Order: sequence, then structure tokens, then C-alpha cells
Amino acid sequence: MDWQALALSVKLSFVTLLFLLPIGILLGRWLAYRQFWGKSLLQTLLALPLVLPPTVLGYYLLVAFSPNQGLGLWLVNTFGTTLIFNFQGLVFASIIFNLPFAIHPMQRAFAAIPREIREAAACCGMRPSLVLWKIELPLAWSGIISAMVICFAHTLGEFGIVLMVGGNIPAETQTIAIAIYDRVQSFDDHAAAIMSFSLLLFSMLTISFTYWLSARSERTHD
Amino acid sequence: MTDSGIHITLQQAAPIPLSVQLDCKSGELLALVGPSGSGKTTVLRAIAGLYQAQNATILCQNEIWQNSVQNIFLAPHQRHVGLVFQNYALFPHMTVLENIQQAISQLPKQQRQTQALELLKKVHLEGLERRYPKNLSGGQQQRVAVARSLARQPKVLLLDEPFSAVDQVTRRKLYRELLVLRESLSMPMILVTHDLDESTLLADRIALLHKGEILQTGTPEFVAAHPKSATIARLMDQQNLFTALVIAHDQAKQKTHLRWRGILIEATYQEQFAINERVCWMIQSANILLHRRGRPSNGNKENPLQGQITEYMESSGLAHLRVQVDKKLDTTISINVPLHVAKRNTLGLHEKIGISLLSEGIHLMPYQVLRNES
Repeated sequence: MDWQALALSVKLSFVTLLFLLPIGILLGRWLAYRQFWGKSLLQTLLALPLVLPPTVLGYYLLVAFSPNQGLGLWLVNTFGTTLIFNFQGLVFASIIFNLPFAIHPMQRAFAAIPREIREAAACCGMRPSLVLWKIELPLAWSGIISAMVICFAHTLGEFGIVLMVGGNIPAETQTIAIAIYDRVQSFDDHAAAIMSFSLLLFSMLTISFTYWLSARSERTHD
Repeated sequence: MTDSGIHITLQQAAPIPLSVQLDCKSGELLALVGPSGSGKTTVLRAIAGLYQAQNATILCQNEIWQNSVQNIFLAPHQRHVGLVFQNYALFPHMTVLENIQQAISQLPKQQRQTQALELLKKVHLEGLERRYPKNLSGGQQQRVAVARSLARQPKVLLLDEPFSAVDQVTRRKLYRELLVLRESLSMPMILVTHDLDESTLLADRIALLHKGEILQTGTPEFVAAHPKSATIARLMDQQNLFTALVIAHDQAKQKTHLRWRGILIEATYQEQFAINERVCWMIQSANILLHRRGRPSNGNKENPLQGQITEYMESSGLAHLRVQVDKKLDTTISINVPLHVAKRNTLGLHEKIGISLLSEGIHLMPYQVLRNES
């Protein structure tokens, strides 16, 4: 078992969640309640990572953040850093890749709250921020937790985009999925099997947990 | 302009046409009545600040809630408004007590709890404070919603069809409770309903809304008996609505004479309609006298008509009759009589009866084409 790779994967997953949680809540809520011009286009763009091969997304990020041109060059000149072949790059790529997995469940959870409930809260004298905190988040929390669990598991097992953007640098960008690939390449089947089984087990637990949460939420609010 | 009530003016052409001017005094219960889609709930939402009409002035207890000219618009949480939603909109993740406490969250915890318990007592829900909304009946949920709306000591109480989601037995019970409760309330109250009986029972005044426009306001009895137009009469579920020609005015006897399909009708003096002017006229069932068989009375002399019962239905202690007054004219009049009267006079289908239209109950309105004139 490559503990260093596992630790890096877990760290990557947590840091990704840290960013995705507020982004998902704000964007999911906005998309759930607002109608605006270009909403369909925005939703299409946000859903792209669902259907786009991770390597394709990784390729475009690689091109975009290349330090020789455009955005990548601007990042180097402005902040003295780049977003490829390092941990920050992995985090950014994971956020982009996980956007639909975070936003869609949260959007559905917010949309499921009846408009009258939110309006009743406003008529009770609650400011919008208080309505979000006391009414919307508690009612949408199962959707939010489900989204976070799925994003965590997804980041933990992601391969293509990580390899494209991060490469395979031990302790820097070598996640557990890449470590498994590495072990298979070097005929270390035993280590590959242990790590693969661990990921399989974790994925099953994740899915079971989200199903349990969803059922619990239905029981509570029906 | 009202000092201690609410004054509402809403004007817009689209997306929802609105032409509304309403006043409701403190302690008064005004019912906003109209068919589905007439804009009743939109008006209520505009008062609460949940909908922003384009040209609006809403002044409540001398506080400007909205003034489009001065670009003032207070958000719902800035208006002291109590709103009971049609489906109650209780917070499902909170107990009954917590639901009410949300409206007084600015108070210290102890005071909050005391006030919430007092309100629960007021709506007869003691002992249910730890329950969740899903474990309450429709009537109990409605009471929680009322308690929550009152908790904030609102400057106006808005009730959006609050009785539509409960069964008839519970509804009657809740009517009685609201009638008792309103005696202790001093704020203006606006009730949205499409049920005319409900508005007649509960409201001091009604405002009839049709396609976003207030057509008439007044006491329920006055609007029902004196609609300004045939459209209003129809909306007030007036069954006996016809057209006729004004043929004479008799100022001395205070009578106006009409010709209705060849029959001469005598109505009370209504000089605003000129001779030879076509008009619509109506009469409420309460102003139609049934001739007692074998025992004629003086009332029988007033616009007497003979006819045959073509429809006969019994419900809730009343007999609902449709009487064809002239076979050739194919004209029917609807009458409701107490069941015991119907039984005593052996009324039934195809029976021949005599009726009188009391002239004081005949109300004239400007002419308009009536669909399916009965």
C-alpha cells in the first residue's frame, strides 16, 4: 500500500471539497431559484465534465495553463507560479472536473424546497442570509452532503485529468489512482490489488451512505 | 388616506394585469373574492412584498412599504406582515414551537418561549408544541400557521385561502375559531378566497376581483344585492339575471316599469336608467315569494308569475327549484326555499306553482349581452 499516494489523494479530495462546498451552494442555489438569459448555456457548460473524457479536459487545462502562453504566462508573470505539474494545479483541475457532481445534487436539493417555505421565512422577518442558514441549508443538507461525498470519492479515484495536469510526481502529484497504474506497470500486482480493493470498498461505502442519506431525508420531511 | 389601516394601489398592464385600489381599516376583515386566476394571490403577495408590481403604493399604519414614484420598496422581512399560506408553509424540520419562535427570534429565549406557548394556547394547540408539522392534521397545521403569523404582531394579517386544504367539518370549526380570534385582533385583515359563502360569513367587506381589476367593494350582502354590472352579478353567482326594457318611471309611486319578454315587471324606482333603455336586471332568491296554495296573501300581487317546476333538488335543508315561468318564453327562475316549506306545499318536479317577484328586490344594471340568458 502506497500510503503517501493515499494521503495525497485524501488531501486533494478534502481541499477540493473546501472549495466546492461554497461554490456548489451558491451556484446550485442560484441555478435553482433564478431564471436568466443564458441559463441553459451555463448549465450545459457546467455539465460538460460529465460527458467529456477526463483526458480531453486535462488536455485543455494543460494548454490553458502552459507557462509559455496566455493564461499560464499571465499566472507566471503575476503570481510567479503555474497550475500544471503541481498540487495547486491538481486542486484546480479537480474543482473543474467535479463541478457538475457538486452543483447538480445541490441545485436539485434547493429546487425541492417549496417557494412558500422560503417566503414564509421572509414573512417571519428573516433576512435572506438567515433564510439560507436556518431554513434552506437544513432542508437541503442531505443533497449537499450527498454531493460532497460523491465529489470526495470521485476525486480520490480520478486518474485521467490528474495524469494530464499533474503528471506522476511522487509526493507532489502522484495520487492513489496513479500509484495503482504505476504498480501495474511495474508488475507489482499485490500492491495494485490492495489499493484497488481499498478504493472499491470506499466507493461502495460512499454510494451506500448517499442512498441512506437520501432515504433518511425523505422520511424526515414527508 | 388611512391612518391606522392599509392603503393599497397597484397598477400594471403586464405581465399580470392589475388595477387595484383597496383600503382596509384596523380591525376590519376584507375578503378579496374572485374566480381562479383573477389575481387575488398576486395582490396578497404584492402586499407582503413577495411580488413587486410596477406602479404601486402600499401604505400600512403610516409606514410606506412601497412607492414606485419614490423608488421605495421594502423587502418582505422589513414589513411587519403576517401571512398564512394556502398550504400553510410550515417549516418541516422544526417543531410547532420552533415554527412559531422563528417569527420572534429577536426576543430573548425565555420570552420567546413564553410568547410562543401563549399563542399556541390562543389557537387551542396546547400540548402539541413538540410535534413536527408532518404529525399534525390539516386543521392543526392551519392553526400553527395562524399562530406563527400573529407571533410577529403584524401590522396586517394576510390569509391566502387558509381553509381550502381542510375538509368541510374542520372548515366550519376553523371558521368559528377565526370569528372568535378576530375579535381580539386590531390589525387590518385581508382574506383571499374564491368561496362566496366563506366571505359572506367571515368578512366585513368584500372586494370583487376579476382579471386583476377590483370591480366593486362593499359589504357581502350589498354587493350580492346591488352589483354594479351583470358581470359582477354573475361573479356573485347570481342565478336570476335577465335583460329587459325600461318602459316607464312612476316617481309618485317610486316604481320603475320594465318589459321582460312581454311580461310587465314592476321594480323600485331607479331613475338613472332612461325610458326605452335596455337594461340587465336581477333578483335574489330571497326576494322571490312562493304563493302558498289555497292561501293567497298580499305579497302575491307583486309581479305574480305562474310556472312549472323543471328542476328540483334537496340539500342542506333547502329545496332548490328551477321554475319555468312561461313555456313559450322558455324562461326559468331559480328559487331556494326551506325544505319544510317545500314539503308543506308538496312541491316537486312538474308541479305548477305561483311566485311573486318583490319589486324592492329587483335591481337594474347597465345593459350587456348575457350568455345563456336563463
